[in-house]
Amino acid sequence: MSEIFVVIEHRLGEIRDITYEMLWKAGDLSEKLSHTVTAVLLGHEVDPIAENIKDRADKIIIYDDERLKNFNADISKEILAGLIKDLKPEIILAGNTSWGAELAPALSVKTGLPLATDCIDIASENGKIIAQRQMYSGKIFSNVSFAKSDGYIFTIRSGVFPKDKIGDRQAETIQKDFPVPDRELKKSFVEFVETAAGDVDIAQADLLVSVGRGIGEEENIAIVKELSEALNGILSCSRPIVDKNWLPKYLQVGTSGKSVSPKVYVAVGISGAFQHMAGLSGAGTIIAINKDPKAPIFRTAHYGIVDDLFKIVPALKEKALTAKKG
Amino acid sequence: MDIVVCVKRVPLTEEVDIIIDDKKKGIKQDQLAFVLNDWDNYAVEEAILLKEKYGGTVTAITVGNEDDEEVLRRSLAMGADKAIRVEAGDLSRFDSLSIAKILSATLKDLQYDLALTGVLADDDNSGAVGIMLAELLNLNHCAMVTAIDIKDGKANTTSELEGGLGEVSLIDLPALLTIQTGINEPRYVSILGIRKAAKKELKVIGLEELGVSEEELTPKTIIEEAYLPPETEGAQILSGDPDKIASDFVEILKKKGVME
Repeated sequence: MSEIFVVIEHRLGEIRDITYEMLWKAGDLSEKLSHTVTAVLLGHEVDPIAENIKDRADKIIIYDDERLKNFNADISKEILAGLIKDLKPEIILAGNTSWGAELAPALSVKTGLPLATDCIDIASENGKIIAQRQMYSGKIFSNVSFAKSDGYIFTIRSGVFPKDKIGDRQAETIQKDFPVPDRELKKSFVEFVETAAGDVDIAQADLLVSVGRGIGEEENIAIVKELSEALNGILSCSRPIVDKNWLPKYLQVGTSGKSVSPKVYVAVGISGAFQHMAGLSGAGTIIAINKDPKAPIFRTAHYGIVDDLFKIVPALKEKALTAKKG
Repeated sequence: MDIVVCVKRVPLTEEVDIIIDDKKKGIKQDQLAFVLNDWDNYAVEEAILLKEKYGGTVTAITVGNEDDEEVLRRSLAMGADKAIRVEAGDLSRFDSLSIAKILSATLKDLQYDLALTGVLADDDNSGAVGIMLAELLNLNHCAMVTAIDIKDGKANTTSELEGGLGEVSLIDLPALLTIQTGINEPRYVSILGIRKAAKKELKVIGLEELGVSEEELTPKTIIEEAYLPPETEGAQILSGDPDKIASDFVEILKKKGVME
């Protein structure tokens, strides 16, 4: 029997959803592998967080120190590497989040344990650990195995596992002292900044008409905006449109932008990268317009129109205007 | 401000029929067009913007074969001063750590204040090489960087977090930063520009020269099988002429209560 480590992610006193999702997967694996679930919680004044997850783990190891108030990949890596050396967990889960993506590869090098990033599932087949992940922006799936090792590190994609509790647990909590020798930080936290503040709150909209990379040129956005107006909806977009500075960040749907929950979401020229779809989990009906029938968005959309958007969008607008008049 | 930027050439897979290769470890690439990985394009642009502001040099590095020199020439045309290609044979035998080790051996003999990589590559989507490289070289690091400001030998960086939040950090140089898309607007490169850049230095180094053995490059993370996404129920496709599709579309909106 070994342990499954879950690196607890929290920000500004709040537990991130990915934490619950990882604890679910850890619980699921623990039953199959007869392992125990150990939550590793780094931070400052984190007792409320420990309280919140104690029925989801068998053990919570807490490092509570002012120096851990803000996430620091380097210190987290040092602490975790020490703990992994002591306890030899077979499985270590971290979020495939901005913080996890900075921590896990460094931890893998430091500990010598193999790493699979952005996993959408982990399974044990004939005693061999297999991770499922995606390549080419989700157009290909792959199963990944590892050279034999004492432990394996995985980063978990947000939104793929349930946030529910699994099994019946009551964690013992273990407080540990800050183990890293005091030193000057080579990277220090300055502040958080809002990058998506703006006049329109797309999170409140009932109908969003969203434009993506398939629009090709900045001036073409006008036809999608006209459609959104004809439908009395709100215009939103996917990341490439913001990257190109064609629309402001506050209109962006997705993990780095906003999570939205409209009754209907019309996706125009959006391929459906998971970072975008993750912002759509609350959407009622998704209607996707894309000329590529293989676009991943058709896997999750409820309705699809496989055609040239420059032909379809004006036709939709005309029909909407006629319907309104009628 | 001397900067090294690590780049990769990747296949374009939008609107093409992807075919799994015979070994079922990846995709058939012979019919595909290749480009500079999108994230790396932003990283090269950022390196050049920093050079234009603070002076110094930009060196672009890739691990790959002769065809992969295309992305180095593009980087040179964008404004990099020199380029290095590490010839390492068939890359499919490596994992992210192997590549990070090769890059680490390449960078250890170079002088630089900043090392930049893209956040991830559009082929394997691993997003691990940059931070692994930082750890191997014991460099300070920041991930998913969307803004960089240099002051008194330190970098003020903004990292992208989830939910529209940015995290500002102060980091001592030298450092490695992984660059997120949207940090800048990569410049256009003309064919003439690429031709002109052909005069710039492009050095090719072999693994033996770097002193890395095949044994230390043995992958720990192995693709067992690559496959097309499992079938899902998928979307109900609206078909017919645009007028018929538009009528169906309006009916759906009415049914879902967002249209009178």
